[in-house]
Amino acid sequence: MKRSFPLVMLLALSFAPAARAANEADYKAAYAAAETASKEAAGMRNQWTTTVSTLAAAKKAGDGGDFDRAVAAAKEAEALAKASIVQATSEKDAWKAMEIR
Amino acid sequence: MKAGSSLLLGSLSAALIAFALTSPRVVAADKVDPAADAKAFQNFFFQKFPDVKHEDFVNGPYSMNEDMKRQWQEKEEFPPYEFALDAGKEMFSTPFKNGKTYADCFPNGGIGIRQNYPYFDTKEGKVVTLELALNRCREANGEAPYSYVKDEMASLTAYMAYTSRGKPMDIKIPDDPRALEAFENGKRYFYTRRGQLNFSCASCHVQSPGQRIRAEILAPALGILNAMPIYRSEWSGMGTTTRRLMTCNSQTRAVPLEPQADEYRDVEYFLSYVANGLPISGPGARP
Repeated sequence: MKRSFPLVMLLALSFAPAARAANEADYKAAYAAAETASKEAAGMRNQWTTTVSTLAAAKKAGDGGDFDRAVAAAKEAEALAKASIVQATSEKDAWKAMEIR
Repeated sequence: MKAGSSLLLGSLSAALIAFALTSPRVVAADKVDPAADAKAFQNFFFQKFPDVKHEDFVNGPYSMNEDMKRQWQEKEEFPPYEFALDAGKEMFSTPFKNGKTYADCFPNGGIGIRQNYPYFDTKEGKVVTLELALNRCREANGEAPYSYVKDEMASLTAYMAYTSRGKPMDIKIPDDPRALEAFENGKRYFYTRRGQLNFSCASCHVQSPGQRIRAEILAPALGILNAMPIYRSEWSGMGTTTRRLMTCNSQTRAVPLEPQADEYRDVEYFLSYVANGLPISGPGARP
């Protein structure tokens, strides 16, 4: 039992979800998701400048082969785009609360 | 049981009466009434700033701050927009290649008409701004359109505004559902929050006029377009209404729309209409 303990630990560690470097496929998937959300926001006439610049940063990092940075930026761009979609959706009615009557 | 039924019936009746009383108000609130909107808009500012003369609102931040106003009045002796005025006057009178001039495109030869822009074109079914009308005039006479953002367009509109100084803004909303829709769309655009900073036009120019945003003093929304175009020290040059709207967008981290987008035309229509009666003061100078 005592002898098998290190072996169990070794196996456990090998199966642990260790942070691995992102690859091109990860980048492409993250970028595509961000681009879809960004296009939706633009279609609602509510694109944020930060979405555009973060998406551009993702592409630049991806083109340069820095997929960790590219994936992180793409995910951030997707989150920004989704936030702008939420804003545009809620403002369809919320603007009336600000109106001078 | 009887008492319970009576109570239930009573509650139901009360609810129905309440619904009947509130329903017409909801309908009335949703009805587009530009005259009522303009009255409420002006009253809001007149009551918020009781010491500001009504015609002074068109001077933007200078109406909110005495020190700034004195500095501006001194600057007006040699105004920074003077070069644009001179250029605009010359451009206005210089014939196109076909021999016609801008005067041929506008009522009264284009002189003293700034207060009537933007207007609702019932043929097109859309709002036409002065900047748009100028470029349409150019294109109709075989000339290339100017940039909507600065330089030539700002010079031309500066001259046209100057010939209209002191005239009360006089925007008409024809009896046309499309005109009412354009007004309503402009109002919605004005109050809608956008950009990562979650600001609407009203966040600065209704909720906070007179307050500082960094080094600047925010102008009141009332009469804000009467001073257009403006020389801005921040820009080191002249800027049109289009430039002002696009810059406001990017300052809130929203991607600006294309120049003369329907939204910009409509918000100009809304803001100009609610300033009816206030004098044209353009071209203006701002920090």
